[in-house]
Amino acid sequence: MKQEFGKLWRKDSTKSVLASLISIIIGMVVGGIIIVIVGLGNSNLGISGAMEGIRLVFGGLFSTGRNAAGALTFGFNSTNMGDMLFRATPLILTGLSVAVAFKTGLFNIGAPGQYLMGTAATLMLALGIPSQSVPTWLIWIIAFAGGMLAGALWGCIPGLVKAFLNINEVLACIMTNWIAANLVTWMFDGSNFRNLVENTKSGYIYKTSFNGVQTAKMGLDKIFPNSQVNGGIIIAIVIAILIYILMNKTTLGYELKACGANRHAARYAGIADKRNIVLSMAIAGALSGAAASLYYLSGNTEFFWSTYQTLPATGFNGIPVALLAASNPIAVIFTGCFMSMLDIVGLQLTNLTAYNEYITDVIIAVIVYLSAFSLVIKMLLNGRKKRKAPVAQEAKPAPAAPPPDESGAAEGKGGDGV
Amino acid sequence: MTFLIQQTLIYAVPLMIVALAGVFAERSGIINLALEGIMIFGAFAGVLFVNLTQKAGTFAEAKAAGDWVALQGFMLLAMLVAAVLGALFSLLLSFASVNLKADQTIGGTALNLLAPALVLFFIRIIANQNTLQMAEGDSASWFMIKKSFFGYGRSEDMGFFGSTFIDKTYLATYICILLFVVLSILLYKTRFGLRLRSCGENPQAADSLGINVYKMRYAGTTISGALAGMGGFVYAMTTANCASTGDVAGFGFLALAVMIFGNWKPLNIAGSALLFGLFKCIAASYSSIDINGDGVFLLAQLGISPHFYRMLPYLITLIVLAFTSKKSRAPKAEGIPYDKGQR
Repeated sequence: MKQEFGKLWRKDSTKSVLASLISIIIGMVVGGIIIVIVGLGNSNLGISGAMEGIRLVFGGLFSTGRNAAGALTFGFNSTNMGDMLFRATPLILTGLSVAVAFKTGLFNIGAPGQYLMGTAATLMLALGIPSQSVPTWLIWIIAFAGGMLAGALWGCIPGLVKAFLNINEVLACIMTNWIAANLVTWMFDGSNFRNLVENTKSGYIYKTSFNGVQTAKMGLDKIFPNSQVNGGIIIAIVIAILIYILMNKTTLGYELKACGANRHAARYAGIADKRNIVLSMAIAGALSGAAASLYYLSGNTEFFWSTYQTLPATGFNGIPVALLAASNPIAVIFTGCFMSMLDIVGLQLTNLTAYNEYITDVIIAVIVYLSAFSLVIKMLLNGRKKRKAPVAQEAKPAPAAPPPDESGAAEGKGGDGV
Repeated sequence: MTFLIQQTLIYAVPLMIVALAGVFAERSGIINLALEGIMIFGAFAGVLFVNLTQKAGTFAEAKAAGDWVALQGFMLLAMLVAAVLGALFSLLLSFASVNLKADQTIGGTALNLLAPALVLFFIRIIANQNTLQMAEGDSASWFMIKKSFFGYGRSEDMGFFGSTFIDKTYLATYICILLFVVLSILLYKTRFGLRLRSCGENPQAADSLGINVYKMRYAGTTISGALAGMGGFVYAMTTANCASTGDVAGFGFLALAVMIFGNWKPLNIAGSALLFGLFKCIAASYSSIDINGDGVFLLAQLGISPHFYRMLPYLITLIVLAFTSKKSRAPKAEGIPYDKGQR
């Protein structure tokens, strides 16, 4: 037994999980400290307010509001659980998008732009095809495919300029993000997809359910009543497993990872590095597009079309999801759930206390900051100094195939249990 | 024409100074992707300082008496506060990338996520809304230079030069230009500058000559943070009426593009900042640009969608980068953590 534990301890994947857990814990502690400082400095909140804030940060998922005496109550909350799964759906997919690019040595900060293009294509197809003549399930599939395609094409642009013109993909991604934000606003401005029926919804596009198109619930609404959950989460998990197979069991996946490890060596070995860079960005873009499709095809989400000044946070939050999961597609499922849990926590904080949801963004940012040197944390766990400095997250070409269930379970625990 | 030049300068100057901030960091070997975040943080710090000072009534007398020298001093103080806090914020990046040898791209991204989150969190608590504004009055009435300061009447003409470069301008614009020149000289004509640049090209060689690479990288990133923080406040003051919203609309990234387009050289950067400033200015006020002063608003009459003009700066950046990237020469050691044992 002891020997087995030692073996587990020495495994690289165990250390990755531990490093992620440490990042999460430190992130939440920093969030707690900020809450206490603000609480003490603000007469409305005081120490009791700060304690409530901290309890919500750690257990917000199980919050059931306040009782008659005004104290916070906790318990199983099916709305929160279901909404967490619903919000996790796009996060898992944007996380996969960033993870796939990471494996190829690219930093896909363009997920927000790809997400927006996916949104536009999905909404236009889902609302534009008349549901009188075409069955709604077919419209759903067309809209989903269209969203993925639009994302893929948008992802290709940074890939192409990186591969052929050697432009830093980070910069190209940022520019395509803002171009997408303006382009999408332009496309919807003046279109008849805008919701002009309900006066209070002036800046929004119709829900796809307006045209009768929405994702099947697949029985999940029975398990989590009163929540927005739908079959999208199952599709996202299936996609994550497919990506895992693609990256770890196929030639294409091997080639992509080889390019990420060392582009020049890969070319020397006869791998078309330029093609693979473009392909990797296209896959990443398709995943971000799918994220948008699943989110907006749910039928109860509305898109604020005048978006030229803001980029969707879901896209950016794919970065921490991928980093925490150490770019492992299976682990992304669990880190995606963790991130959406933080979202729910933020909502509970806004609704129940004088704090606001941005504290969870602070926690996320701290986690990203820590994962920038997660290799250092891993080194500390190793207890010995490695000669070579950590170069980059993606420097490890072929991680020792981690036992997916185990890493995931630990990740999930870190999210909910603490 | 006057309007066009003034507006272009307003957008070009923060770009210029923030691009120079990028140069300082990258020349010392650290990729500063966090420029955007530092700008956001600096803008918040400066606006908060202005807000609190106004509430305390420190400059209320000067304002009432029309003592514009004191008010300009107030503005300089706010710029200084923004710079100091920007520098402090950038220490997070230098600590991660110098001491912990972390991935600089991810570290920078973390700061970019952290800044708006922190800023919005505090703004919500302080102001109970998503924007923090001045406590009273607006940016123009407090900080703008007007011709009345120089004894001109309301209807008197200052001439082309006066009305373009003095009337209705901000002192901050000229301070930034001055700083830009001084710091460029510092980087290229002094011993400190040479040492800093050597750390971005070949840190091992620099170290062998007794230069402390870690210190130099800290210096580069800290100067970078100070400039970016100040640039952020100047941007908020001149274009956003001294309001902090946790957003600078991708300006920090545009500055990075300007830096790359300018090939990491100050003179080229000044030129490209002016070019991008012009596009930004067109995007912001295309409908009221009257180029030759004959009352014809050419750009508005073309009938092109405003969304196109807004997209233009980013589109041009991408295209320009595509054409210039082959020639561009980044500092050799940028992005690589310095490891003493490595050869």
